[in-house]
Amino acid sequence: MNPKNIFNEPLHIINIGLEGFAQDLHAAGIDVIQLDWRPPIGGNTRLAALLANLDDEN
Amino acid sequence: MIVKTDIMPSFYQDSVILMRIAGQIRQRPGVQEAALFMGTPSNQELLRQIGLATAEGTKASANDLIITIAADTEADAEKAVVAAKELLKARRQAMDESHEYRPRTLDSAIRSMPNANLVSISVPGAYAKFEAMKALRRDLHVFLFSDNVPIEEEIELKQEAVKRGLFCMGPDQGTAYINGVGLGFANVVHRGRIGCVSASGTGLQAVAARVSMLGEGVSHGIGVGGRDLSQQVGGIMTGFAFKALAEDAATEAIILVSKPICIAVKSKIEEIIRNIKKPVIICCIGTSDFNIDGAISVRTLDEAADAAVAVLKGQRWLPNYFSDHQIIKDKLDQIRDRDALAGSNILGLYTGGTLAYESHLLLESFLGTVGYNQAKIEDHLHLILDLGDDVYTVGRPHPMIDPQKRTGMILEMEKRKGVNILLLDLVLGKGSHENPAEPLAAAVREVHNRFRKNGRPFAVLASVIGTAMDPQDYNLQIKQLQEAEINIFPSNAEAARFAALLVKPELYDQFVGSDS
Repeated sequence: MNPKNIFNEPLHIINIGLEGFAQDLHAAGIDVIQLDWRPPIGGNTRLAALLANLDDEN
Repeated sequence: MIVKTDIMPSFYQDSVILMRIAGQIRQRPGVQEAALFMGTPSNQELLRQIGLATAEGTKASANDLIITIAADTEADAEKAVVAAKELLKARRQAMDESHEYRPRTLDSAIRSMPNANLVSISVPGAYAKFEAMKALRRDLHVFLFSDNVPIEEEIELKQEAVKRGLFCMGPDQGTAYINGVGLGFANVVHRGRIGCVSASGTGLQAVAARVSMLGEGVSHGIGVGGRDLSQQVGGIMTGFAFKALAEDAATEAIILVSKPICIAVKSKIEEIIRNIKKPVIICCIGTSDFNIDGAISVRTLDEAADAAVAVLKGQRWLPNYFSDHQIIKDKLDQIRDRDALAGSNILGLYTGGTLAYESHLLLESFLGTVGYNQAKIEDHLHLILDLGDDVYTVGRPHPMIDPQKRTGMILEMEKRKGVNILLLDLVLGKGSHENPAEPLAAAVREVHNRFRKNGRPFAVLASVIGTAMDPQDYNLQIKQLQEAEINIFPSNAEAARFAALLVKPELYDQFVGSDS
């Protein structure tokens, strides 16, 4: 059972949340991009949960 | 006392930065408390719990920033609000001026990073599933630091991950390593041949750091989240991680790290391990008697690292109470008022949850009942506290980031009758405080002076989780602790056993044995 495209390949990381984690990765020379994250749907967690379930597979 | 609230509409900032700024505001003259929170439902509840909920604050939405100050006078509160806003705006301006592109959605991030293979998520728990599921459905591995994720959501995420051949490392996972690169709170370690599957953040840090200091290295450390080995989750990610590491050419031995696991899951994990051809070291603190031919079952985190390194070197590994008996004898000779410490009580103040738990179990095995994370502290008990537990971090940063909670408790030690032995951990690495030894040493030095003045015996024992490659100069951290008369041990287990030895000197023969 090989996990997809991760072992022994360069890491390319999207960081959502605490900026410090992205800064540490960047300082270590890792390719990282920080998302300008805000709570979705104005912070309505119930709607966010519904949207998560509706989110179609790409 | 005046309580003043100001709202910054549609101004989002992450919790670590907000807590840091709140910490700066608290230092201002006349300020008694400062709370900076986004207006999410859980934060509104938190403000109620800490008595800082105001009519203005409750109107804020999840996208609005609430600044609430408790101060001696109206003027002090007003000045503190202005200062907080200035700090926030300066931060925002610095970010804008950096010209760094920050996409607003995961899909736009993927467009600018089409080769992305992992998403690290540390948003509030209520939104974690939303973001993590999106990432998994785009075939991206997930490191999920967020806590307060409902267990049903955890199961859904992990099922989706395994179906797609992806890792979902968390929720509530503090540390992971992929290709030797640390994620979250992580020590900088050598890349090497030892793979880890860990349901514990600090447990993984302790094992990875020791493996690295012993000259070996970590291939991958798959953090699975503290609940993965519970009956409900059933070890979904642990099983997947074991199979992945079993097939990984870079991994030659595998260590499992966790707190106790439930019996039903234990037999499932045993079955998986039985089919693995590589050496496996099992360190489930509090769960023993694994029945697997060829696997090594160990009691403590240091033993896990030592056994893995020995196996890879083709050496036989045998457990030991202390790695160097001569050093223990020398340390005993150096302890001030050693005889007077016999029969004392121990207070353990920990920043690492698994380290605290490990000490709790070890001390109970030698000394009988030991209190653990009890809200009401009884003077007559030995007591171990995990200060990273939710009980102690309400509205405050984790003690690995902010040492104030622990130093405050150390400075109050003299109030605890009979508690003369202090047991500590110090966790270095990315994410931790930039110089954690400094405030810890200052507090301990002060208590040494007070106890000495009163003719009261006092001993402080600690271990440092770290490597020479960590951002906080490892040797300087140890030097600062030693200068404050803190006895440093090579591992948490040895520090805990030494504490037991001070309380009960008759353990000497058992610990140091016939070569004494």
